[in-house]
Amino acid sequence: MTPEPFLGATDHTPVRHHILSVLVENKAGVLARIAGLFARRGFNIYSLAVAPAEGNARFSRVTIVVDAESAPLEQIVGQLDKLVNVVAIKDLAPRDALERELLLATLSVDNANRGEVLDVTANTGASIVDVNATSVTVMLAGTPTACDRLERALESFADVELQRTGRVALPRLG
Amino acid sequence: MQLTGAQALIKSLEQEGVDTIFGLPGGAILPVYDPILDSSIRHILVRHEQGAGHMAEGYALATGKAGVAMVTSGPGATNIVTPIGNAHMDSTPLVVITGQVATAAIGSDAFQECDITGITMGITKHNFLIQSAHEIPRVVAAAFYLATTGRPGPVLIDLPKDISQSTMEWWYPESIEELDLPGYHPEVEIDERAVARAVELISQSERPVLYVGGGTLKSRAHKELLAFAERTKMPVVTTLMARGAFPDSHDQHLGMPGMHGMYSAVTAIQKSDLLISLGARFDDRVTGQISSFAANAKVIHVDIDKAEINKVRHADVSLQTNVALALGALDGASASPQNLDVWWKEIRTWQERYPLVYDEPTDEGPLRPQHVIEAIASRAAPGTIVTAGVGQHQMWASQFWRFEEPGTWVNSGGAGTMGFGVPAAIGAKVGRPDRTVWCIDGDGCFQMTAQELVTARSEGIPIKVAILNNAYLGMVRQWQEMFYEERYSEVYLSADLPDYVKWAEAMGCVGLRAHNLKEMHEVIEKANEINDVPVVIDFRTDSSEKVFPMVASGASNDDIIVHPLLRGGAR
Ligand SMILES: Cc1ncc(C[n+]2csc(CCOP(=O)(O)OP(=O)(O)O)c2C)c(N)n1
Ligand SMILES: [Mg+2]
Repeated sequence: MTPEPFLGATDHTPVRHHILSVLVENKAGVLARIAGLFARRGFNIYSLAVAPAEGNARFSRVTIVVDAESAPLEQIVGQLDKLVNVVAIKDLAPRDALERELLLATLSVDNANRGEVLDVTANTGASIVDVNATSVTVMLAGTPTACDRLERALESFADVELQRTGRVALPRLG
Repeated sequence: MQLTGAQALIKSLEQEGVDTIFGLPGGAILPVYDPILDSSIRHILVRHEQGAGHMAEGYALATGKAGVAMVTSGPGATNIVTPIGNAHMDSTPLVVITGQVATAAIGSDAFQECDITGITMGITKHNFLIQSAHEIPRVVAAAFYLATTGRPGPVLIDLPKDISQSTMEWWYPESIEELDLPGYHPEVEIDERAVARAVELISQSERPVLYVGGGTLKSRAHKELLAFAERTKMPVVTTLMARGAFPDSHDQHLGMPGMHGMYSAVTAIQKSDLLISLGARFDDRVTGQISSFAANAKVIHVDIDKAEINKVRHADVSLQTNVALALGALDGASASPQNLDVWWKEIRTWQERYPLVYDEPTDEGPLRPQHVIEAIASRAAPGTIVTAGVGQHQMWASQFWRFEEPGTWVNSGGAGTMGFGVPAAIGAKVGRPDRTVWCIDGDGCFQMTAQELVTARSEGIPIKVAILNNAYLGMVRQWQEMFYEERYSEVYLSADLPDYVKWAEAMGCVGLRAHNLKEMHEVIEKANEINDVPVVIDFRTDSSEKVFPMVASGASNDDIIVHPLLRGGAR
């Protein structure tokens, strides 16, 4: 199987990556346990996002995009499942997952490029969320591919400060 | 009833049926040492925290119960990291309690502060930093539940000093639900479809081998194993962690597989068409080069830990359950292989051609280490428990002692921790005071933890220690001889420094020495007569002895090197 390039034309994660939606107990050190496990077993994390699950103070949901080439997925899931604080693991195959990510970027603007910024923003579906005399901050909440597209479009601008959240995902509805 | 956190901790341990704690106090754990004075629990004061950990392991391996150790924060905690790592590798149930600095001081680099939950995250099954006195009973109950169920392992409880000094209203959890472990499900069941597929594979097999690992002992499946093996007539091999799970005297037993395994055990696996792995994990010391390991065998893998299945070797059929249940199910389904007469005939020729051998001992010495072990074993009471350090002596002990029942072989397998033998023997003797306990030790290993003989003497724990004194870090010497052109680098120790007899005497033990055969028989007899204090014997053995058979590290098991006496005509 030839791995698809990550920055592909699809709107989902390439097949060699897997998305694990992991329900964990909201206890001190849980993230360290997960990160430590990945580090000591040589599993690669592509991105990771954490937030309280379903408004519940007791559990959090960790969305981990793993590189299933660094180790067999079965091994990653099996070892993760042994962490006592891990309650449930859902393995979302990229094609079956609905993935979203948030991108924020601040760039310098002047009269010469202001129009270009507005064009890029409009073309990529991003919005402007902050402005002052010299800078503008744009935001995009969308598929990882849409975020990739915006990121590439911003490459031609100077002084870009860009931050992405890493993706969150849920299964697609049937 | 209002209790301090310290009292609650001790009372919780009593609730769990703990009879012995191995430990050593210090500032952060001080409050907990006060209620110990009023408890029925025996505390054994060690001379080094590593000793406490290995004693708890020896206790656990000899009794099947969780071993308990308690130490202070900082250096006390880091001193017990090695036994925790060792227990993690060998799936030994352990509960380790460490003192911690007061909650408000955590993170401030306070005196004797260390992040022991961080340090042990990768070498415990789980660990806890206690947040309030109220949760002490729940955490202690959870720790024992985690340590002893599923795949057992070490659990650490870090207890800040202010919490042990604060008060709580006593309670104790009455159900597993109260333990608050929503992510832990050790219950096992039998997958009938997998059993059916296993039965099918077995029915096609003409050359099966039962590959028995430590999980068989952990799930106390030795009776089921005996019944299954005798009904199906399959050959059995027991790994270093499973010695004692199947009687060495049984004629279906081929002995230990692996790097220093029996020729017949190693070769039967290599030539098998079906490997039934029972709580074993395809460790590299068993498989050698993985690509050529049992290359034509189908695999039925029984393990309680799902992550072991397909980790190293693809399993054609897997049963994620405990060994006792799996064997029961296979027996229930009358799983039977083909006629094994041809297979056994082949195995018998290997056994006859390549038995365990060693050079004839001479009257005047030096002694043959293998012969010393056989001499001790031949005069040991049935059911004697044997512990070992790590090195050549450990391999010879596993090869030449005859183990007939579970819990009689206590050693450090996955981690290979030098210094394990003496403290583990002490722990085993505390757990099984009715048994004779021999530690077969190396001179190098003995020097790592010998001070615990002071503990043994002062606590009245009469173990027997046989030092196979070859004046070398022998196992490393063997590798340098065989694979580094006899360039011996930093392996010489000296047979006379230290003077082991004087050292033993200084620790309140009886010290004996044997250079030749006559002395060997005398000192063994003498040691067997002493049952009130520990005995240490300095056996002067031949430095040039090597452990055979041997599969070189990373080599194929097909390239097993047999003892020089068996070469010529050998493959
Ligand atoms: C704590 C530790 N350090 C180093 C080693 C590496 N090692 C394995 S066996 C061995 C030699 C052991 O010497 P000794 O106790 O005299 O046993 P012998 O092999 O001579 O029987 C060494 C250094 C180890 N296993 N454990
Ligand atoms: Mg030695």
